[in-house]
Amino acid sequence: MTPELGHFALILALVAALAQTLVPAWGLWRGNARAQAVAGSAAQAQFFLVAVSFAALTWAFVQKDFSVVYVADNSHSKLPLVYRISAVWGAHEGSLLLWGLMLTGWTLAVSLFNRRLPAELSATAMAVLGAVSSGFLLFMLLTSNPFERQFPVPLEGRDLNPLLQDPGLIIHPPMLYMGYVGFSVAFAYAIAALITGKLDAAWVRWTRPWTTAAWAFLSMGITLGSWWAYNELGWGGWWFWDPVENASFMPWLAGTALIHSLAVTEKRGLLKSWTVLLAILAFALSLLGTFLVRSGVLVSVHAFASDPARGVFILGFLTVVIGSALVLYAWRAPKLASEGELRLFSREGLLLLNNVFLVTACFGVLLGTLYPLVVDALGLGKISVGPPYFNSIFFPLIAPLFVLVAVGAVTPWKRGEFGPALRRLRAPALAALAAAVVLPSLALWLAPVTASFASKLTVAVATWLALFTLGSAGLEVWQRLVSRRRQGVALGPALRGIPLGSWGMTLAHLGLGFWMLGVAYVTGYGVERDVRLAPGARAELAGYQFIFDGVRESEGPNFTADSAGVRIERAGQPVAALAPEKRFYPSQGSVMTESGVDARLHRDLYVALGEPLDPQNPAGDWSLRLYYKPMIRFVWLGGVLMFLGGLLALSDRRYRLAARASEPLTANATRAV
Amino acid sequence: MTKRQSRMLAVAALVLGVGLAAAFGVTAFRKNMMYFQTPSDLVAGKSPVGAKVRLGGLVERGSVSRGEGLLVRFRLADCVKVIAVRYEGILPDLFREGQGIVATGALAADGQFVADEVLAKHDENYISPDLAASLKEQGGKHSCGEFKNTTATVTP
Repeated sequence: MTPELGHFALILALVAALAQTLVPAWGLWRGNARAQAVAGSAAQAQFFLVAVSFAALTWAFVQKDFSVVYVADNSHSKLPLVYRISAVWGAHEGSLLLWGLMLTGWTLAVSLFNRRLPAELSATAMAVLGAVSSGFLLFMLLTSNPFERQFPVPLEGRDLNPLLQDPGLIIHPPMLYMGYVGFSVAFAYAIAALITGKLDAAWVRWTRPWTTAAWAFLSMGITLGSWWAYNELGWGGWWFWDPVENASFMPWLAGTALIHSLAVTEKRGLLKSWTVLLAILAFALSLLGTFLVRSGVLVSVHAFASDPARGVFILGFLTVVIGSALVLYAWRAPKLASEGELRLFSREGLLLLNNVFLVTACFGVLLGTLYPLVVDALGLGKISVGPPYFNSIFFPLIAPLFVLVAVGAVTPWKRGEFGPALRRLRAPALAALAAAVVLPSLALWLAPVTASFASKLTVAVATWLALFTLGSAGLEVWQRLVSRRRQGVALGPALRGIPLGSWGMTLAHLGLGFWMLGVAYVTGYGVERDVRLAPGARAELAGYQFIFDGVRESEGPNFTADSAGVRIERAGQPVAALAPEKRFYPSQGSVMTESGVDARLHRDLYVALGEPLDPQNPAGDWSLRLYYKPMIRFVWLGGVLMFLGGLLALSDRRYRLAARASEPLTANATRAV
Repeated sequence: MTKRQSRMLAVAALVLGVGLAAAFGVTAFRKNMMYFQTPSDLVAGKSPVGAKVRLGGLVERGSVSRGEGLLVRFRLADCVKVIAVRYEGILPDLFREGQGIVATGALAADGQFVADEVLAKHDENYISPDLAASLKEQGGKHSCGEFKNTTATVTP
């Protein structure tokens, strides 16, 4: 009964979504304010209905209702409860339902907070959100109904893909979707600005926190995904340039460009149409990501089913949404005139440069991701574009961004001057230079690894960039503090007097620096070694001794495992004892590598168990893969700091204050970002 | 700086950025594009010695043998031709005889394929779409049963 209730709620939600689109649209056309106001109630009803539907599916999982096809395909009677719940979004249909829940959740939040905005603008944006939601609900109901039943009822489920049975996977998809879907708000308001022809201070103040929120969640989602891949895929990498990863990374790059161009639009009233275009782009890339991941054109752990009908539907939907948005943009964007002129050497000029690099990097990634698909579709052969392509296109393009962060921190709005900027950057630049000499040598002294001259040089340059960014990211907050203290303000109030937006920006830029530091060391000085070890034998890696104690069998709730004992010593002193496993899940007949990791802030020691090299004698030699990963934790630390920075920035007081629509943008130029 | 000059500067910056990206892109593409090939393609000499390709095929039954250290040898088949592969390293969890895998590497001078990476997907019934498509092209109805079940003797 419950699944039918969920299905029914989903159908009603579609009705509510259509009402949210059509009634306000009619109201806007006829100038009927009451019809425009329907959008809010429709959004609330829609959220409630999708939530009921989501709860119904969750209940079916909790109750192990294998009469529901989706539950039977992705659950098992022995699957632990927490994974039964996360299995709701473990495959195609349920993850779409989660998408829908997020979208209606964002819409609900918009409907609750948008009272201060001009009614017309809000009604237009709500209608756009309703249209996007209608498309997704229709997609779900027509091609991917999670509530489909089957008879006879199977006695046992086919179990959740063992790869997805990991704590990282419980929160990675919701976070990622919060980000993806969150860009729909910026998109809807961009469309509304194009239609109404009004893009003023109120619009920017309103759009900024929503975009920052979406960006923060996307950052966290990607970070969690990377962490999961590192732990669960068993091969020690944190980023593979897999098309599915790129699908989430492209909206992030566009979104990062967007939050920076929004800053320019708020402070200076410039780049208006560019900001609108970026808002469209960020959401377009989110939809493209959904298409790539869900349509089955890509083969990966994320591509659950390759049902051509689904691919065609999403592609059609993508074309309609993005096509009409771009047509509207081409038609209306000239109306969004910017106020004032832009100088290259000013904060806004540097932010524009930042946008150029980010968007170019985004297109580089897009090219590498789509090119194989296009070549294949044209019948020109099957090719793949490997990580070296992405690395060689991405890193040269983002390296200048680090310098831009530093220079931007000491350059005022409107007009900057080279002399003072250089003088203020001298200290962080020199300190970073000293660190770039000392740190890499220290790292090699701590853990001797062989690295080529090229990678030593790269590590040194990257260290300089990272520390230069770290050093200068704090400059703005520092200068505000110093000038307030000079005015005789006590330290406490001076600290509190700095707006949360500045703290958020500083934190996110620190995150960028830490991320770069992690990437540099783990890529340049990380080492791995495949070894063949008999029980009792040892292998050396980066100054650590790995001692293999053999393998014994153990049992988990829904799997059996070969569990190895590996002790790690350094200079005769014990460092860690790891237990990497090879798990066998009988319900799916699949084998999984569960790695053993000893994590410290400055390095990870990582062991993945291979296989018995003589199948007749499991007590004999085994193959193992050993890794030494310096500073890999900094990669994720960077992501977490960006997330926290985003949260801080969107809590800034100024977004909660009523902004008068008539207020010209340039009037707010007194406050910095 | 006049408005016009600064606009020209911005345009120049844009052109520079796009130009740089294009230059990086083209060189990176040339170096890193890998074609998908079948054992038949390699045996027919479609790929020069040393060129990096992705080779897809079925691991022939009974062909896997281990050597010194982590060296492993096996034969990959595509229902028509067979090629000998050697690989030094750890095989993926789902590497099994009779299954479809994809190996990245290059043809060596001795006619064997030297793999530096072996991929098998996490599904026991999985067969790479690339491989499935190329199997289809080569006759369609062939079940490849002889490679899955018996030890076919074919010279590398």
